[in-house]
Amino acid sequence: MSFDDFKEGLGALLEPSAVRPTDFGKRGYSLQVTAKRDQVEPIARVAREADLFLEAMTAVDFADAFQVIYLYNAFGAGSRVRVRVAVKKGESLPTVSTVYDAALWHEREVFDLFGIPFDNHPDLRRLLLPEDADFHPLRKDFGKVHGVRSTDEIYGEPTA
Amino acid sequence: MASQLPEPIVEQTYYLNMGPQHPSTHGVLRLFLKLDGEYIIEADPIVGYGHRGHEKMAESHLYEQFLPNTSRMDYLSGLLFNHGYVAAVEKMTGIEVPPRAEYIRIVCAELNRISSHLLWFGTYIMDLGGFTPFLYAFDDREIILDILDRITGSRLTYSYCRFGGVAKDVDDEFIRATREFIGRLRSRWEDYHNLVTKNVIFIHRTKGVGVINRETAIRFGCTGPVLRGAGVAYDIRRAEPYSVYPELEFEIPTGAAGDAFDRYMVRFQEMEQSLRIIEQALERLPEGPIRGRAPRKVRPPKGDFYFAVESARGAVGFYIVSDGTGYPYRLKVRSPSLSNLQVLTETLSGTLVADTISILGSVDIVVPEIDR
Repeated sequence: MSFDDFKEGLGALLEPSAVRPTDFGKRGYSLQVTAKRDQVEPIARVAREADLFLEAMTAVDFADAFQVIYLYNAFGAGSRVRVRVAVKKGESLPTVSTVYDAALWHEREVFDLFGIPFDNHPDLRRLLLPEDADFHPLRKDFGKVHGVRSTDEIYGEPTA
Repeated sequence: MASQLPEPIVEQTYYLNMGPQHPSTHGVLRLFLKLDGEYIIEADPIVGYGHRGHEKMAESHLYEQFLPNTSRMDYLSGLLFNHGYVAAVEKMTGIEVPPRAEYIRIVCAELNRISSHLLWFGTYIMDLGGFTPFLYAFDDREIILDILDRITGSRLTYSYCRFGGVAKDVDDEFIRATREFIGRLRSRWEDYHNLVTKNVIFIHRTKGVGVINRETAIRFGCTGPVLRGAGVAYDIRRAEPYSVYPELEFEIPTGAAGDAFDRYMVRFQEMEQSLRIIEQALERLPEGPIRGRAPRKVRPPKGDFYFAVESARGAVGFYIVSDGTGYPYRLKVRSPSLSNLQVLTETLSGTLVADTISILGSVDIVVPEIDR
């Protein structure tokens, strides 16, 4: 199984406009995927079947919504994929920990720092902050920040 | 007449808190163990005692101001984190680095990798009960720290890289001392192997202990020696070549079984490969400037970028979202120890409490890097 299988699997799952190749040398990932909420888990399954691993997971806070980022990588050259999914404030996201155990902690971290809940996560506790903390520090309404942007300003495409 | 037999043993699960102030947990890590006698049923590593909020700090600091933070995440291979961050910003902004600076970076980074592995080696064997190898390893490591101290100005938390180059040029004394060290360390391998690798107690405590196979490593996203010990020849230095690594010859050592012994051997062979890299880099070290043209205030273009380097513990990645100003909009550090520690939730269950030390040590975590 390889990176090409993954691309093929993605093609069957998403509309062609949601998958775009990028310049690996400039961006550090060779494929960017804009997913919808219910496509997160199927994408993880395709990645798992194609022997990719979940390298990292994080989120970015924008004025209009959170963007949750999944970085998948194959054991090859220049084969990193950035999957981006928009989550409206106050909404949740399905877990991918059913596919990748790595997501168990990554999702705990995102929940801890951003307050995004994950449905069906078996053990959604805070990871880094004490359990009695009542804030989510990486939100842009917490602490000192230099302006809040909208998704379009950074990613240059409308929120899916 | 009442029975003289002792009361029957009541079977119950027992909870044990290992850490956060336990010398073998390497930093402030707490392991919450659910035990059945001597066997672990469930292990729950609890992290976050050293959380300093580096990622939040980044959002209110200029790109230049954030540089010293990077070497404080993984304090054992600070230069590699330094290099990763600087290289990421250089790639985003399009800053050129002169070849001499690239070679100096590689020499220092590989020295740092060896010093990190030597510290791991010494403390790991000490955790397993052998004190002498610890002194040997620290003796060698001290020389690296002296060499790097002369050039970077600090022994542990180096902020040596600059956007577009390095802070200070190296001199003949640096090259001489490094060459001498290569010869010295090579003559030490035999001592190390006689002291430890061939030691029966060591072999019994590591062979077949803490097996992390390929499938598990992929599920948990492990990288570095943990993944290579499981037989996957994946190294960022080869998979996503950066700096001058494509010009240098070195191999990627791998294990087969994925047990603690394999991870030990992989790290040992990595040190040998690092020596090879340093040797080649010193031979090719070109003349020229050490700082390229970099703007006084770095302002990367809008967008998101990811750049990874191979640290002593695995793939370190910087995911940076830029809004076009001098401050990162979001900076996420992908730390290898987080995934490498998480795999223990699975690997530790079913093993003996005494093996916890051996398994945890063989994974080689640095807790502040997980906590960030």
